[in-house]
Amino acid sequence: MKKVIMGNHALSWGAALARAQVIAAYPITPQTQVVELLSEMCASKKLDAKFIKVESEHSAMAASIAASMAGARTFTATSAQGLALMHELLHWASGGRNPIVMGDLNRAMAPGWSIWTDQNDSLSQRDTGWLQFYCASNQEVLDTVIQAFKVSEALMIPSMVILDAFAISHTYEVVEIPDQDKVDAYLPKFNPPFRITPADPHAFGGLTGPENYFELRYKLQVDMEKAPALIEETGREYEKAFGRYLGLVEDYRCDDAELILVTSGTAGYTARVAVDALRKDGVKAGNLRIKVFRPFPFEAVRLILGKAKKVAVVDRNVSYGHHGIFYQEVKSALYGHDHDVPMFGFITGLGGRDITVDSFREVAQQSLSKPKPDREISWIGVKR
Amino acid sequence: MKKEKTMKLSLPVEELMTSGHLACQGCGATLAMRYVLKALGQKTALCIPACCWSVIDGPFPHSTLDVPIFHCAFETAAASASGLKAGLEMVGDTETTVVAWAGDGGTFDIGIQALSGAAERNDDIIYVCYDNEAYMNTGIQRSSATPYGAWTTTTPVKHFKDRPKKDIDAIMAAHRIPYQATANTSYPEDLFRKMKKAKEIKGTRFFHIYAPCPTGWKSRPEDTIKFGRMVVQNCIFPLFEVENGEKYTINIKPREKKPINDYIRFQGRFHHLKDEDIRFMQEEVDKSWERLLKRAEG
Repeated sequence: MKKVIMGNHALSWGAALARAQVIAAYPITPQTQVVELLSEMCASKKLDAKFIKVESEHSAMAASIAASMAGARTFTATSAQGLALMHELLHWASGGRNPIVMGDLNRAMAPGWSIWTDQNDSLSQRDTGWLQFYCASNQEVLDTVIQAFKVSEALMIPSMVILDAFAISHTYEVVEIPDQDKVDAYLPKFNPPFRITPADPHAFGGLTGPENYFELRYKLQVDMEKAPALIEETGREYEKAFGRYLGLVEDYRCDDAELILVTSGTAGYTARVAVDALRKDGVKAGNLRIKVFRPFPFEAVRLILGKAKKVAVVDRNVSYGHHGIFYQEVKSALYGHDHDVPMFGFITGLGGRDITVDSFREVAQQSLSKPKPDREISWIGVKR
Repeated sequence: MKKEKTMKLSLPVEELMTSGHLACQGCGATLAMRYVLKALGQKTALCIPACCWSVIDGPFPHSTLDVPIFHCAFETAAASASGLKAGLEMVGDTETTVVAWAGDGGTFDIGIQALSGAAERNDDIIYVCYDNEAYMNTGIQRSSATPYGAWTTTTPVKHFKDRPKKDIDAIMAAHRIPYQATANTSYPEDLFRKMKKAKEIKGTRFFHIYAPCPTGWKSRPEDTIKFGRMVVQNCIFPLFEVENGEKYTINIKPREKKPINDYIRFQGRFHHLKDEDIRFMQEEVDKSWERLLKRAEG
């Protein structure tokens, strides 16, 4: 079935098709339609789930964790300030190995109050032990929610499905809604190896001394490292069932590219248009869109960027006092791997400032005019 | 003919709490858990945030309880219990009683938002606050449950706690939850009866259990039970129930209300107090007892 839906409803549909059993959420712009549609689905019994209308995002995540501990498939969604409020519990969810799937609407952090997009909210949660998927279309959002449950439950690690505020959340696109029975076949019932039940009483998350804690964290990392292969495998399965591949990265005209523009989120699709325009002007450009940020897809990134003469990483985020965060990560992925490609870092689009084809033209122009970067960061479109 | 005499036990002999717990001697919170589990039975699941009980139960992989425990974040006892109840129901377990089990810091202070949220939604959980009147697990810092006049490590004797204890029972009554009660391990039958009653009620149920802490109160472990009787007799911590936030029932009314002096003098945390401080405290206790009597009449 094809439907014209907004990006937020793509999250709701994804959660509903995945048969989420418990939803605990708190409203925040621009996430509200996600939970509004889910409330409706629960109220009309279209979705057999319990919706806990909590009094804060902190409680949303707390309730989600506990529901997951009981063995229920659990979904929530938030954005920016709400995600930051959850921070403590994001560690709790990954440390407790609770495969919750959460939608995050990339929204700039206050102050000043902003409801528009940038990635500093989700990237500030980089080290909390969650898988992070950055989406670029409504279809990808819906598909990724379903895939994320499959990957998360196999690894017992939670997932964040991330989309740009407004550029996706409130934008309507045609979305193929998969058949429920096909989704059921792709994503069987959640059946965790351990759960809270009086039939088999255990204490979860108790005091853990230095003789055990270290190993718990080691195991989390080991399982995280299994994710790239699993995402590719489940992505191929998804393609088989639904005709759309869901991978770690997406490359566009990179094979012969001299300059590869590295992007994430919706900027990736703008970059494609820019690549075509640049090619018309005689610049052999390509685009690498990083979809999975945690775990970082080292191999896939090296494979594609290794062919380029130059790389320009465009970040819609900043690590104050350092670089754009994707720029740092891409550089670290290539370092020491015989890919001595000059790499330029650009920051643009913070707080929802538009990233346009012209933005990428400027990125290309700056990257091509110098043999290697002469500054740590280049800002595109900033008023000085 | 010889007639055999048997004693009738007022509480079940079955134990869901084993020996080997890590509580201090004379800990009221430990007794409270033992009695509560006797009332609720094995089909119980606990959410325990940071508090003495997150230590008392024992470190991984040990547990002194024969019911499942989720050790949750400090401010999340109520929200975790709500989530756990929803999760259990969705996987087909509608019988288990889900209990949030938190100290006074986790209830009166950092956890009050989540508690208020769960109570307003009337989520189907029992919330138990064992109240030892300070952050005892971190080493005796004042909470909003610490009574007026008390010494703690953050209310030194030169500037003792100069605000009254927060009236958590009135706050919970204002949520109009179906059932709430105060309780006390010196009256185990009363505690047992009320917990049994609560188990059969649906919605948010709140228990405020008085839990002496010899370590934090600078008192003798053997006085714990005595204190429990004293606070009922002197009306510092009366035993009562509230239904739907309105119907107050006082469970034990002292025949003759005792002065608070003896209770105060038994505890090192009050040693610095002058007679006028104790007189002030007595006036406050009298006022709050009068308030309760009025509510119970009304």
